[in-house]
Amino acid sequence: MTTPLIFERSIPGRRGYRYAASDVPPIAPVEVLPAEHVRTTTPAWPEVAEFDVVRHYTRLSQLNFSVDTHFYPLGSCTMKYNPKLNERVAAMPGFAWLHPLQPASQVQGMLELLHGLEQMLCAITGMQAFTLQPAAGAQGELTGLKIIRAYHQRRGQRRSTILIPDSAHGTNPASAALSGFSVVQLKSGPDGLIDLNELKARLNGEVAALMLTNPNTLGLFERQIKAITALAHEQDVLIYMDGANMNALLGICRPGDMGVDLLQLNLHKTFSTPHGGGGPGAGPVGVTQALEPFLPLPRVRKRGRQFAWHEQGKHSVGRVHGWFGNVGVLVRAYAYIRTLGREGLVRASETAIINANYLKARLRGVLPVPYDQHCMHEFVMTAKLLKAQGITAWDVAKRLLDYGFYAPTVFFPLIVEDALMIEPTETESKETLDQFAEALIRVVEEARQQPDTVKRAPRRMPVERLDEVKAAREPNLRWRPAEASCPTAPHG
Amino acid sequence: MDVPPALFYTKTHEWAKREGAELVIGVTAHAQEELRDIVFIEVPAVGRQVKQGEPAAVIESVKAAFDIYAPVSGTITRSNQAVAKAPQAVNQDCYGQGWLFAIAPSQPEEASKLLSAEEYHKLIEQAAH
Amino acid sequence: MDYAPNTDQQLKDMLRTIGVGSFEELIHAVPGDVHQRSLHVPHGLSEAQVLELTESLAARNIALPQVTSFLGAGQYHHLVPTAVDALSSRGEWLTPYTPYQAEASQGSLQAIYEFQTMVCELLGMDVANASLYDGASAVGEAAVVALRATGRNRLLVAEALHPHARQVLSTYLQGAGAILQEIPTVNGLTDLEALAKALKDDVAGVFLQHPNVFGCLEPMAQAADLAHRVGALFAASVYPISLGVLQPPGAYGADIAVAEGRCLGTPVAYGGPGLGLFATTQALLRRMPGRLAGCTVDQRGQRGYTLTLQTREQHIRREKATSNICTNEGLIALRATMFMSLLGPQGLRELSEANLSKAHYAASHLQELPWVRLAFDQPFFNEFTLRYEAGITPEAVNRALLKAGVLGGYGLKTWYPLLDQHALWCVTETLSRERIDAACEALKKVRA
Repeated sequence: MTTPLIFERSIPGRRGYRYAASDVPPIAPVEVLPAEHVRTTTPAWPEVAEFDVVRHYTRLSQLNFSVDTHFYPLGSCTMKYNPKLNERVAAMPGFAWLHPLQPASQVQGMLELLHGLEQMLCAITGMQAFTLQPAAGAQGELTGLKIIRAYHQRRGQRRSTILIPDSAHGTNPASAALSGFSVVQLKSGPDGLIDLNELKARLNGEVAALMLTNPNTLGLFERQIKAITALAHEQDVLIYMDGANMNALLGICRPGDMGVDLLQLNLHKTFSTPHGGGGPGAGPVGVTQALEPFLPLPRVRKRGRQFAWHEQGKHSVGRVHGWFGNVGVLVRAYAYIRTLGREGLVRASETAIINANYLKARLRGVLPVPYDQHCMHEFVMTAKLLKAQGITAWDVAKRLLDYGFYAPTVFFPLIVEDALMIEPTETESKETLDQFAEALIRVVEEARQQPDTVKRAPRRMPVERLDEVKAAREPNLRWRPAEASCPTAPHG
Repeated sequence: MDVPPALFYTKTHEWAKREGAELVIGVTAHAQEELRDIVFIEVPAVGRQVKQGEPAAVIESVKAAFDIYAPVSGTITRSNQAVAKAPQAVNQDCYGQGWLFAIAPSQPEEASKLLSAEEYHKLIEQAAH
Repeated sequence: MDYAPNTDQQLKDMLRTIGVGSFEELIHAVPGDVHQRSLHVPHGLSEAQVLELTESLAARNIALPQVTSFLGAGQYHHLVPTAVDALSSRGEWLTPYTPYQAEASQGSLQAIYEFQTMVCELLGMDVANASLYDGASAVGEAAVVALRATGRNRLLVAEALHPHARQVLSTYLQGAGAILQEIPTVNGLTDLEALAKALKDDVAGVFLQHPNVFGCLEPMAQAADLAHRVGALFAASVYPISLGVLQPPGAYGADIAVAEGRCLGTPVAYGGPGLGLFATTQALLRRMPGRLAGCTVDQRGQRGYTLTLQTREQHIRREKATSNICTNEGLIALRATMFMSLLGPQGLRELSEANLSKAHYAASHLQELPWVRLAFDQPFFNEFTLRYEAGITPEAVNRALLKAGVLGGYGLKTWYPLLDQHALWCVTETLSRERIDAACEALKKVRA
């Protein structure tokens, strides 16, 4: 059952919010603005009552799976529980209602919090300094690549390529290309890890950096990490670590100790700020001492007992965010780290790793795990054996929805055919993992015995399987008032 | 698998057909089946110079995008606007209505190195095993 | 305190199922020389302790509702309807991710589709995406579109475009081989003669802000026309709240419209999260960065929504993607959708007119002081630049005002060193006439 669009609930003249009557002499736009500037059209926003809005968006919310309502084993996205406390903290007027141009003297508490967060991220990662500006992981990558460019330029070198393993997140090559680098793909070894011989063959004076993910997207720790970083450093190639999988490492090891030169963290993953249906996130970037001069400005500094924004630095890559980053997200992450503390963070990673390995053990023999060793926080299975029945990983994903579980990440990483990437996180209980394992076992049985059930899934969702080919061939990206642009009249 | 004997082929699953001084280019039935439902095609502008092996067109399905490489160097003389409007033509008739573009070769010797139908057939048979 | 539910006994049992004797066996791949022995962050706290700690930090900040703020300059303080907070804090909105599995994400997808529609309507454009990070990065992404769509390499950017947006743009373009050229300002407006001279056939795009950083209304239609004559794209950075009274970018021929959309229903929060609005024409659809939701049908023919045109995106196209963006500002976009629904067209007009009226009221009263002048003789919306005379500096003014609980206009010297006597004043619907009058009274006490 779907629900009509908010526009279809519109009744001319209906109001949802009213401002106070004007307490200054009202001015009509034409009195003070030249006619060429005055709007002549009316945006076709809905005309609805507050209660219409409340009911509409409450109903819509009920059409979603979410971490609060369902197990969400979306690999690489770390869909852990988002504590309610952090929402309460971020909503405090002393954080939520600050203007970014208020003088430092008026926002000392905020600056202390941001400074404290940077310090804690340094301690957790073993890096020397952090910028909190990047608004998401991919913007963190972009920032990192600008830093890499600036570093080599400062040394009088123009290095043009970035090495990226074939198992990497798509954002890595996209960020590199956006920064003017060409991408050279590193073929993974037979164990799914970086192949040292392949790396040696690709390293040369043109290479600016190696972008790696550790643990990688198969959930495997790069056991030769020290050798990898040493090899790269011999040729002054920087090591960028995509920190998307940092949830496996808290208190277990630090990228700084592995020889990583810079990395981004995804606070919405590891530090449990809510994903919000697609954001906002935050992607702070940490660097070694050698790279600190290149960090974006401004940076928060402590002088005596006072905190201030430091704007100067001739080697900085400049700004990446209009202001100081996604501060509301940073406040939540701060509250999270202070709540868990050193014991809680270690326990989070340990439990995330045990949960992933336990689920992998429960699913042994159900579908193959191509690179089968003890994993860190996630693992990747393949659905390719179901091809004989005409079933893909996509079908398995859809059928899992019918059993009340959000789907794993599918078709990624690219080095595993028909991949299903599963990340349970530490906040799921053993009981939930058992239920999920049972459901996946049943789906695979169904795939073998009654494949049509799986191919036609889902059947228990608000809509059945959607026609994505139609969506792409005939893009319908907005409702139009004049015509019934959407295909059929909705129910409900 | 449909591999018309009169055409020439590439390892990257393009076909080429001689029409006068031109080579007409498309994608093979094998490629079309792997791609499944094609939702978007970008054909090259007429007059563009292309080098052998350079991406000349793009074919997209819902979850994948593929470059179509120029089998030979030369100048684009025609491009199929009909498939750009209705990309399903490639799924329906990849060797006919679903042609993509035509090239006037600048280095005719390149064409002699393209695969024969027999060679291409062998190639996809091997890949399947 | 942590949030991992499995008990020690359960973890032991799970390790047995896995077939290892200890947790250490599981992480044998982590070499001994990088394995960490201790973590140097503070010990964990209880909920009450965290509240006490954060409340004490929050108490050391002066929150906007406690004062009379005339600060704008790119971030605008507006009212947030209670219903927006109440609805958007539901777990079903807060805690899903990008709706990759459409059938289990119809709520998010339909809301994005509604958002795209409302943004198109607001900006007068053909298509809008599901959001970018903020207004500044939206300018950066627009530049990438202009460079790739035209195959040219020069970008003309108004000096009166917000300096932070120009800085972000410049960072985004490092390594892109593009040339950024600034177009100067004359009497508060972008110099059209200078623009016309700079417009050669190597120009990919022209970027103007409206109202510009000084609050003045730019000659957008003329600038767009000049850009189009040489085949350059015209990109407009606008202020959503102004669009109840000002012409939308589509009306003056913008090819790309971007905005900081956070003002639509989300508190300032010290400048972030923001909400990058990005809208363009049908012709540029395939070059658009970011996610798009589309309407389609399910296998029974029933209406439904899904992410679409994903081959533009990094997870499929990798280094050939239109952008590297993945996570966007979903929740802030959702809040904006709720906000726009609550206001409706009538509410937007009233909000816009209230800002216009209050700003003009304040501007005329402030000018009653002998040492205060409107710096530029140009029409404005809710923000205007004042010039202080008689040696009075913005710093001195703001020091005096703070004692009266007033945050005065932002001194422009930081951004434009020549404008050392100038301050940017912004007045929104949040300020009552009483507060405006009180600020004017407080100003009378300022001396050089």
